[in-house]
Amino acid sequence: MLLEKLILVVIIFGLSLVIAMYSTYFERKVAAWFQDRIGPDRAGPFGLLQPLADGVKMFLKEDFIPKHADKWLFIMGPGISMFTALITSTIIPWGPDLYMFGTNVVLQVADFNVGILFILGVLSVGVYGIMIGAWASNNKFSLFGAIRASSQMISYELAMGVSVITIVMMTGSLSLRDITESQHGFWNDGWFTWNVFSQPVCFLVFFICSLAELNRAPFDLSECESELIGGYHTEYGSMKLGFYLFAEYVSMFISSAIISILFFGGYSFPGMDSFSGNTLAILGVVALFAKIFFFIFVIMWIRWTLPRFRFDQLMHLGWKSLIPIALINLLVTGLVIAFKNGWFN
Amino acid sequence: MNTIQLIVYLLGGLTVGSALMVILSKHPVRSVLYLVLTFFLISANYIMMNAQFVAVVNIIVYAGAIMVLFLFVLMLLNLSKENEPRSSLLVKLAASLAGGSLLVVLVAAVKDSLVLPVTGVVQNDGGLVENLGQLLFTKYVLPFEVSSILFISAMVGAILLAKREKQIID
Repeated sequence: MLLEKLILVVIIFGLSLVIAMYSTYFERKVAAWFQDRIGPDRAGPFGLLQPLADGVKMFLKEDFIPKHADKWLFIMGPGISMFTALITSTIIPWGPDLYMFGTNVVLQVADFNVGILFILGVLSVGVYGIMIGAWASNNKFSLFGAIRASSQMISYELAMGVSVITIVMMTGSLSLRDITESQHGFWNDGWFTWNVFSQPVCFLVFFICSLAELNRAPFDLSECESELIGGYHTEYGSMKLGFYLFAEYVSMFISSAIISILFFGGYSFPGMDSFSGNTLAILGVVALFAKIFFFIFVIMWIRWTLPRFRFDQLMHLGWKSLIPIALINLLVTGLVIAFKNGWFN
Repeated sequence: MNTIQLIVYLLGGLTVGSALMVILSKHPVRSVLYLVLTFFLISANYIMMNAQFVAVVNIIVYAGAIMVLFLFVLMLLNLSKENEPRSSLLVKLAASLAGGSLLVVLVAAVKDSLVLPVTGVVQNDGGLVENLGQLLFTKYVLPFEVSSILFISAMVGAILLAKREKQIID
């Protein structure tokens, strides 16, 4: 049991890192495609070894700590960012149970009964990596980056939380496994089972908020090159900078997974009832990963299409549009559920 | 001493230790970071009492939101030995008086509390979402709603303070 979980953790850990590594490659290829360029093509066939070359470069650079920096906090910053990016993968249900070596292997490290809140908790802690690192660098540009990042994350967490509550109300459970199971298959009772079709507004709010939480364009004000040099990681170099950049790609992978689970049925796919056992498990994992890769692509697509927001526009969007929309959506959903259950009769 | 007892005592010791570091640290930013650590350890204690919901909400609200704001303010003020605000004797006296009376209240509360021995895994479902929600919306509905009115009054006050000065950014 313990060994089984340990192997699963190692596999998920390795997979997150490899996917994050190749996300950097695809990010550059997608950017090149959008801008009618070729992109990286020197290292290996089609430039496929580029992420490895980048990794080696990051490791071999001089590991430098500025003279007036707070040494321990400076080291802790990228560590916390990476830790919070990776830890969310523990509660993601990757697929239906797999039958292997005479036992049922549950493809989920921990089915935490408050899973969705755990994600929100980890997200809200994620901002510490940026804040601690930026403050410890003792640089005003870094500090500005960190202040932007934290105020943005706090503002968008609210709308995100409210949109998650809507999904929880529909499912009646906080566990990600239950949320996936409630969207079983694709079509049932004359309507789609996936939450995106019954809660499109909620999906839109959640998706915009996750872009903001990821600090990705158009919400990348904390690393706005034209105003802040490099943003919160101005003073960083070598693998510490690598950790910050890498953490962003890992979180991109994880939040794509969470979007797929909350709104696109997780490992459910059309016609899944005609399979069973290990075939179903493997096809389910494949379906989930197909959805994840699609969302990673959409996030990249948005980055290379939209310009960056101005700070006041960002705050207007967060507080004056997304939160009221999410609240109204919550209210309407609550009323519909109450009517369906006949509480007004 | 079994494993559960060992974990409980270790967690208790760590929690008290990191809480002490909050007041012993020289730098205010470090104090706040120790306070964040203390909240995490308190959440770990909640998990030992089988109260996952309370544990996670404690992290979201305190470690995730309130402490970020604390850190925010302290980083902007950038307090250090040179520009630390000097407090007068009267302020110090008032502070020790207030702290002392809080200590009296805490000692009185601890004196009357029931000390249960740590035996094993807690089989208590009071901290799970369903049970907590049932209690909040039936038995404790009045205190729950009154505390939400308290929050609204705090929010209204904050908006009033912010609106008093003419806004710079339109």
